[in-house]
Amino acid sequence: MEAIQLNQYEDISPVIDKPIISYQKVSKSFGDLKVLREIDLDIAPGEIVAVIGSSGSGKTTLARMLMTLEQPTSGVIMVDGEPLWHKSVNGKLVPADEKHIRRVRSKIGMVFQQFNLFPHMTILRNVTEAPIHVLGISRAEAEERAVAMLNKVGLGNKLDVYPAQLSGGQQQRVAIARALVMRPKVMLCDEVTSALDPELVGEVLEVLKEIAAEGETTMLLITHEMAFAGDVADRIIFIDKGRIVEQGPPNVILSNPRNPRTREFLSRFRQQWASKS
Amino acid sequence: MWDWEYAFSIMPQLLKALQITISATILGFLLACILGLLLAFARRSNFKPLSLVTGGFVEFVRSTPLLAQLYFIFYVLPQCGIMLSPLSAGVIGLGLHYSTYLSEVYRAGIDAVPRGQWEASTALNFSRTRTWLSVILPQAIPPIIPVMGNYFIGMFKDTPLLSAITLVEVLQAAKIIGSHTFRYIEPITIVGLMFLVLSYVSSVGIRRLEARLNRW
Ligand SMILES: Nc1ncnc2c1ncn2[C@@H]1O[C@H](COP(=O)(O)OP(=O)(O)OP(=O)(O)O)[C@@H](O)[C@H]1O
Ligand SMILES: [Mg+2]
Repeated sequence: MEAIQLNQYEDISPVIDKPIISYQKVSKSFGDLKVLREIDLDIAPGEIVAVIGSSGSGKTTLARMLMTLEQPTSGVIMVDGEPLWHKSVNGKLVPADEKHIRRVRSKIGMVFQQFNLFPHMTILRNVTEAPIHVLGISRAEAEERAVAMLNKVGLGNKLDVYPAQLSGGQQQRVAIARALVMRPKVMLCDEVTSALDPELVGEVLEVLKEIAAEGETTMLLITHEMAFAGDVADRIIFIDKGRIVEQGPPNVILSNPRNPRTREFLSRFRQQWASKS
Repeated sequence: MWDWEYAFSIMPQLLKALQITISATILGFLLACILGLLLAFARRSNFKPLSLVTGGFVEFVRSTPLLAQLYFIFYVLPQCGIMLSPLSAGVIGLGLHYSTYLSEVYRAGIDAVPRGQWEASTALNFSRTRTWLSVILPQAIPPIIPVMGNYFIGMFKDTPLLSAITLVEVLQAAKIIGSHTFRYIEPITIVGLMFLVLSYVSSVGIRRLEARLNRW
């Protein structure tokens, strides 16, 4: 039984000394549907991890559990050495209260496929609201930070407009600024370009590449953009039917995958990747 | 038929009573707005008993006549030691009755805010209160302003019911004037016009407010 599983799932995880994120036997079911099965995954501080896999394989669920938008059915997620959903009481893990979750969650930020900007707030306020009310910094300082961040994503000239007045690509860049201004240790990006017109994808990926290159933020990127994943990621993880089937450096995973499922999945994208790189 | 001099002479009395009507409406509506929001929160609560009891209460209040509720507050509560002035009892009665309708309106407004807005709030680590104040309510309320406005005007037109608990609101004042002078046409017509003008002004105000809040 053991041997068969090893053959089937050649998941060779790197050994990471002090992971910033650690999924430990994390499973998630929706009713009878098992979406993730005993996921073990360590991510090093500053690492850029791209998650690929076909639709319905559980990629979004993996990220949503880390953002506390979905509760694991079993297993433990550690963030920076602390359990996210649990609290340690006398050496035993018990479900955590809202206060604990909020504290640990402050280390995580997320950018969504559908942007989810606040439509009733100007761009500037979208980016300052959380620093002011969550971090408790002054309005002046929050605005200074926000303007710097919006400049970085190329939207320093749109401070006073509302999200509806921006293109999808611009909105997504605001969403990235809104998440980054909180200075999270880990950024989750779930198919952040999937809702965009093809000609707007590039500008958003450029911004993400820049952030990745700075090396300060750990990133978990769920993406269908293989060329981008190959470019920016330190490690690519292939998920299939709720399991990590294969993982490794981009050049290995994208050009020389061992698992037949990875090969099959990638054959659909290889041409695209080859043409772009 | 129409006596202008008489009409002018009763104006001060009617305007004074109109103040009562307006006070009752505004205070009652404020109460209904606040109570309605609390009911909407209670109904959404994860604590099932609270949400069930709230649902039952809303259903009960909505399916009994406002007049019966006013009688209860004004004539029955004193037997439990709760004495209220006619105006207080009227404001509470109107506020309570309308809060049950407004709670459903709030609920519809809140349910219409996309789930992504809640999720973005969580991702930014907003507290529950901050999520409501900054994100949910500012998006839930503007679309429901017209419906709330209709309830406001409805409540305004319901204020004559308060005469049943001895409050001399404007229509009752007109009736009293008429019964003293045996001339009803002027006081009743004037009161009708007052209702017309104020309802119209309110609806214009509501539309302005709606336009202002829907800038984005
Ligand atoms: N809240 C939910 N309730 C029930 N089922 C869900 C829920 N969320 C996700 N699922 C199911 O879980 C499975 C995995 O979903 P998930 O969104 O994680 O996949 P994904 O890998 O992100 O897919 P895609 O590439 O299409 O985004 C799917 O079958 C989906 O229908
Ligand atoms: Mg997904």
